[in-house]
Order: sequence, then C-alpha cells, then structure tokens
Amino acid sequence: MDLLNALVAFLNFVFVPGVAYGSQLALGALGVTLIYGILRFSNFAHGDTMAFGAMATILMTWWLQSLGVSLGPLPTALLALPVGIAATALLVLGTDRLVYRFYREQKAAPVILVIVSMGVMFMMNGLVRFIIGVDDQRFADGARFIITAREFKEMTGLREGLAIKSTAVLTVVVAIIVVIALFWFLNKTRTGKSMRAFSDNEDLALLSGISPERVVAITWIIVAALATIAGVLYGLDKSFKPFTYFQLLLPIFAAAIVGGLGNPLGAIAGGFIVAFSEVTITYAWKKVAGYVLPSWEPDGLVQLLSTDYKFAVSFAILIVVLLFRPTGLFRGKAV
Amino acid sequence: MIVVEDLHKHFGGFHAVDGASLEIAKGSITGLIGPNGAGKTTLFNVIAGNLPATAGRVLMNGEEITGLTPHELFHKGLLRTFQIAHEFSSMTCRENLMMVPAGQSGETLWNTWFGRKRIADEERALRAKADEVLEFLTIEHLADHKAGQVSGGQKKLLELGRTMMVDAQIVFLDEVGAGVNRTLLNTIGDAIVWLNKERGYTFCMIEHDMDFIGRLCDPVIVMAEGKVLAEGAASEIMQNEAVIEAYLGRGLKNKVKAEADA
Ligand SMILES: Nc1ncnc2c1ncn2[C@@H]1O[C@H](COP(=O)(O)OP(=O)(O)OP(=O)(O)O)[C@@H](O)[C@H]1O
Ligand SMILES: [Mg+2]
Repeated sequence: MDLLNALVAFLNFVFVPGVAYGSQLALGALGVTLIYGILRFSNFAHGDTMAFGAMATILMTWWLQSLGVSLGPLPTALLALPVGIAATALLVLGTDRLVYRFYREQKAAPVILVIVSMGVMFMMNGLVRFIIGVDDQRFADGARFIITAREFKEMTGLREGLAIKSTAVLTVVVAIIVVIALFWFLNKTRTGKSMRAFSDNEDLALLSGISPERVVAITWIIVAALATIAGVLYGLDKSFKPFTYFQLLLPIFAAAIVGGLGNPLGAIAGGFIVAFSEVTITYAWKKVAGYVLPSWEPDGLVQLLSTDYKFAVSFAILIVVLLFRPTGLFRGKAV
Repeated sequence: MIVVEDLHKHFGGFHAVDGASLEIAKGSITGLIGPNGAGKTTLFNVIAGNLPATAGRVLMNGEEITGLTPHELFHKGLLRTFQIAHEFSSMTCRENLMMVPAGQSGETLWNTWFGRKRIADEERALRAKADEVLEFLTIEHLADHKAGQVSGGQKKLLELGRTMMVDAQIVFLDEVGAGVNRTLLNTIGDAIVWLNKERGYTFCMIEHDMDFIGRLCDPVIVMAEGKVLAEGAASEIMQNEAVIEAYLGRGLKNKVKAEADA
C-alpha cells in the first residue's frame, strides 16, 4: 500500500508534470532545431516568437469568448490557434524579408545571425509587452481537471491523490499529433525532403534546382506553427506572462543541443531529458521517501535544488553536453 | 553555347581567375586542363553561380548569366558536379537522384496536402527514371544504400547520375574521373559520350588524366595561373611548348615525341 502511495505521489508530482513540460520543451526545441538545420543559426528570438504566437491566440480567444463561442470541455484557445499561427507566420516571414534575408544575401557568418536574432528578440519582446502588457494573463477555459486528487482518492482509497489537469493531457495529445505530422511531412513529402536536402548539403540542393527562398519561407511557416502551438500549450498549462517565455529560451536550447542541433528526433528526446531532470532535481522527495522507507525520517525536504534555481539544471546539462559530446546525443551538427 | 569574357575572380589580393576568356561550342566535349591551383574549379564556381565574379561576363546562348544563382541556372539547363563529390548523405542513392528534377507538383505546400494523386504519379515516374539511371551507371545494387556510405568512386557516378535526371543543356564536370578505377572510368567515359551523342548534352570537363582527355575531348583548353594558355585539339595541345612547360612536363613531351616518331 505504501509503495502504491509512493508511486502515485511520484506520478502526481514528477511524472505527469514532467511529461507535459517535456512536450512543451520538445515543441519549442523542434522549432529551434529546424531553424538551425536549414538557416544555420541559433535563433534567440524563438522564445519571444512563442510569446507572440501565444499572445495572438489569446487575443483571438478573448474575442471568441466575448462572442460566447466555446468548445465545451476543451479550451476555446484551440479554436483561436489557427489565427495565432497565421499571425505569427506573417510576423516571422516579415522579419525574414526585412532582416534575415539581407544577411543571407551577404552570406553573413552564423555568429552574426545569432546577434541579429537577439536584436529581433528584443523587438518582439517589446512588441508583445506593448500589445498585451507584462502581467499574467489567464485564458484557459473548459474543464480544469480530467480527474481531481479528491476523486482519485475516493476511487482508489489511497492516501495520495493523483490530479490530472486537462491541459496536461491536451498538451501531450497535441504534441504527439504535431510531431507525427511534422515527421510525415519531412520524410514523405517532396517539400519536406527538399528541406532535409537543403539542411544536409546546401550547395548540392541549390544545384538540384531547389529554390532556397522557398525552402526558407516554408521553414519559417512551420517554425511559426510550432512556436505558437508550444507557446499556447505552455500558457494554458501554466499561465501567460511574456517574461516566462524569455526564460524558456534556456531549457529549450538545452533540449535542442542535448539532442543534437539540427536533428528533430534529438530535439524531442532532449525536451524530455531536460524536463525530467528539472522536475526530479527540484522536487522535494520527502513524501515519496516517507512511503518507501517509513523507518527513515528525513529532516529536510530531500530536495536537491530549490525550484528558484530550476534554470541552473538546464545550464548544467548544457555545459556537460558541450564539454563531453558537442554534437549531442543524436549526432547533430557540432556547435 | 557558353562564352566567358575576361572573367576575374579575386580572393583578397590573390587572382585565382585572372582575365580568362573562352568559348564552349554547342555539342562539344570541351576539356579543361591545367596545373593544380590554376583556377579551374574557381572558374566553374563562378560560371555555375556558386561564387560571384569580381569582373567579367558569362553568356549562355547569347544571354548574360553572370550573377544568376545556381538554382536559376539549373532551370536554364546548366548543371555541374563537384571535384569533391557532394551527396545528401542521409538519403539513399535513389532518393538522391529523385531530389534533382525540381519544379514538381509536390513542391508547393498546397499540392502537398491537396494534390496527392498527381504527386503519386510523378513520384512513380521519377522513381522509374532514377532506377534506369542507376542501372545505366551499373550501380543499381546501391539504390537503397545511404549515399553517405557508398565509396568515393560510386559517389562520383552518382554525381554524374544527377545530371542525367533532367534534360540538361550543358554540364560542367569537375574531375569526375579522379580516384576512379579503370573499369569505372570507362563506364563514365561511355556515359559521357552517350549523353553527348544521344541526348545532345554539351560537356566541359576538368580532368588530369591525359589519356582520358585525349579519348573524349575536343577541343582542349589549358589554363595556368588564372589565364587561358592555349586551346586546340588534344594532340596539338600535347605538342604545345608552352603547355608542356606549364603543365605536362618534359617527361611526357619525350614520350609523345617518341610516339610521334615511331
Ligand atoms: N575560397 C577561396 N579562398 C581563397 N583562395 C581560394 C579559394 N578557392 C580557391 N582559392 C585559391 O585559388 C587558386 C585556384 O584554385 P582552384 O581550386 O580553382 O584550382 P584548380 O585549378 O581547380 O586546381 P586542382 O587541379 O588542384 O583542382 C588556388 O591557389 C586556391 O588556393
Ligand atoms: Mg579543382
């Protein structure tokens, strides 16, 4: 019984949040990795692209809510998502036309593009705060829980409860659908194959008559979709605040680099590795330990690191990977 | 077909191509030879749009093509291969060939989702064509191998194969024969002649193997230090004093002379 309680506590506080957070990071890291593979630079503006996508979706959601539209148990934001994606696609395509293309034509070094993307990041940062403000925004509606802790306890008679938020399940389901669609696209369609070809060997791709501008545009559209979906899922699960998206940049890059920059499969694995490391290291294991080893009464919380320092986890992972395996687990391009 | 007028390509103060002028006649297999570092590959890079020219012009069928991008030139029927074979390493040899013919229906996002029938038909035709090319080059057994893992010589064949996937007008070959064994070299030579005769390809090929050049090419252009040194039939070129001085060396001259005397 105690072991079951320990398991439930583990699922409730570590596993479920880890899976949801991992899915969000994976989607974010996919966007970063695609840009790196095809445009060959680390896009620091990705976190703020997610914030912009989420913001556009939120504004649309509010409007739909004011009209009384609702999806029943599902959040209205799902309905607003296509609009958010379209707005973000326009923004990044516009940015590419105005900013990145200029440097592409100059054949600027990747380092320069990274710095340029930082400039873009500050612009987007300001844009989002200007439009929606710096505060927390709630836009989640529909059912809050699939199962609450109390219901679970009544059902099973266990002392520990397992609460599953509907947004967590939604996050995972949407992430799975998006990932399947993306891999199908990259591996089976001609456009996807030309993107892979372009990432593999740019010179040869050009010689094969593949238009670079088209590949770049399609990449941005896909990245806008990924960023918006990731941003909205994160916002639904936690809450929307522009600054948190800026902070997400670190774990997202850690995820992309752990998996191997430029490798989509690696980005997904990296997302979960970073998420689970963060959650397990900052979780107070006292309760679980209490069930497993009742005789052992730990004095502290059995918490390796306070949640205030959770970003240190990503940072540590990043450094370890860069020191010992710079190409990442799945052999991406060396950074 | 191709006219190069006083072309310059400078890397900083270094003049890799230094006022080269030449002409490639339609339907010819023109050889381009010269010592290492003569600027041959650089000349190709500029003509094929991989590098911008410092000065000078390139014309194709009387129309200026200087400064066009490689993919624009591709659509005009100008193709090239690389001295160091390039391939899409994570794709199979067949997929590598199937990447080439651009401008297909599957390339618009719209058709990807809504034009599936037409794409499927095109894919089938393309696949058949790729298999045909692989068979012609005697590497059909490599169709499903990852291109990154086949041998260097086989990559060279694959490079040549890419140019056979479309109806090219002119193909620039950068040392397709280098590092390739005799039998394979003959396969490549036969393929080049066949493409030239049957499909009307014009070729311009860089090569160091004088036997190979002598067998295939007419005329031959000699480059040295970024300039065109001489041009003529292969047999003439091998007798040319300046060429021998710059490239062939005395040993070969004696050999050629001995053969001529005999
Ligand atoms: N990107 C570059 N930057 C600086 N110098 C270059 C560059 N590319 C080529 N060069 C120089 O230009 C000269 C000509 O090089 P190129 O590759 O055209 O020679 P090549 O005639 O093809 O020689 P090989 O027969 O060895 O292939 C060389 O001295 C080379 O060092
Ligand atoms: Mg060369």
